[in-house]
Amino acid sequence: MAIELHPLQQFTIERILPLHVGRLDLSYTNSALLMTIVVLLITALTVFGTRRAALVPGRLQSFAEMSYEFVADMVESNVGPEGMPYFPFIFSLFMFILFANLLGLIPYSFTVTSHIIVTFAMAAVVFIGVTMIGFARHGLHFLRLFVPEGVPKVLLVLLVPIELLSYFIRPFTLSIRLFANMLAGHTMLGIFAGFAAIVGIFAIFPVAVDVLLLALELLVATLQAYVFAILSCLYLNDAIHMH
Amino acid sequence: MDLASAKMIGAGLACIALVGAGIGIGNVFASLISALARNPAAQGQVQPFAFLGFALAEATGLFGLAIAFLILFVF
Repeated sequence: MAIELHPLQQFTIERILPLHVGRLDLSYTNSALLMTIVVLLITALTVFGTRRAALVPGRLQSFAEMSYEFVADMVESNVGPEGMPYFPFIFSLFMFILFANLLGLIPYSFTVTSHIIVTFAMAAVVFIGVTMIGFARHGLHFLRLFVPEGVPKVLLVLLVPIELLSYFIRPFTLSIRLFANMLAGHTMLGIFAGFAAIVGIFAIFPVAVDVLLLALELLVATLQAYVFAILSCLYLNDAIHMH
Repeated sequence: MDLASAKMIGAGLACIALVGAGIGIGNVFASLISALARNPAAQGQVQPFAFLGFALAEATGLFGLAIAFLILFVF
């Protein structure tokens, strides 16, 4: 395999199975391949982890139960019991982002969430879904979200636009946070790897930095999945309980 | 000044935003250490907020980095 010395070349999307339907390019790309692997892994974890459910769980069952409990606890404590119908969605979101981030750290793999279109699709679904839930539950009273209580009428002229802006910026911050973290992390890994390829005998230093960066990236991968999920829970809480 | 040089300068200037990220993250963990020093039993309750705060502070700095990449590779 050719050494790719440009650190941003690791993000190019390559077609594995070209497939053109009319004017649509529906090729199976490396991004789609990684997404398929992520979904298969999560399905395998949840199906095989709960198959022969023992009272004293083995490792796989333990992992499946722990991830379920973690997300269920997060949804219940941040949204309340009314939020539990939305638990499957938050669970899918959290597990998909977690596995996609972690699988991207394997060398020569591809990070699905390092493309803004992927993270923006997820953030847009969360934003539109939460807004629809808010209007479905409260009707037009939902617009009271932008008018905080106990504010003098004079300040409302300034405050309502600010509240609207900070509401509509949510899908963008949600998506850019995940995308920028993944992009920056992998770019840094690529840059130090490029140094190691050039420097010859002193390559031990960039490689050591890369090892530490990889540890940091493991933390960031898990953390960003957690932050995406918990912010979705908080936005859902805002929509369901409007205070 | 041609576009390529202006892009380089723009990208470099956009990275000044990472100063804020550094200060913010330092603040978050300083508070965490100080809180745990006063009350070690609160670790289970305080630590999730510390990591959430770290991620959000880091994200703000990375918004600046995203602008730098936007300047370099999109325009």
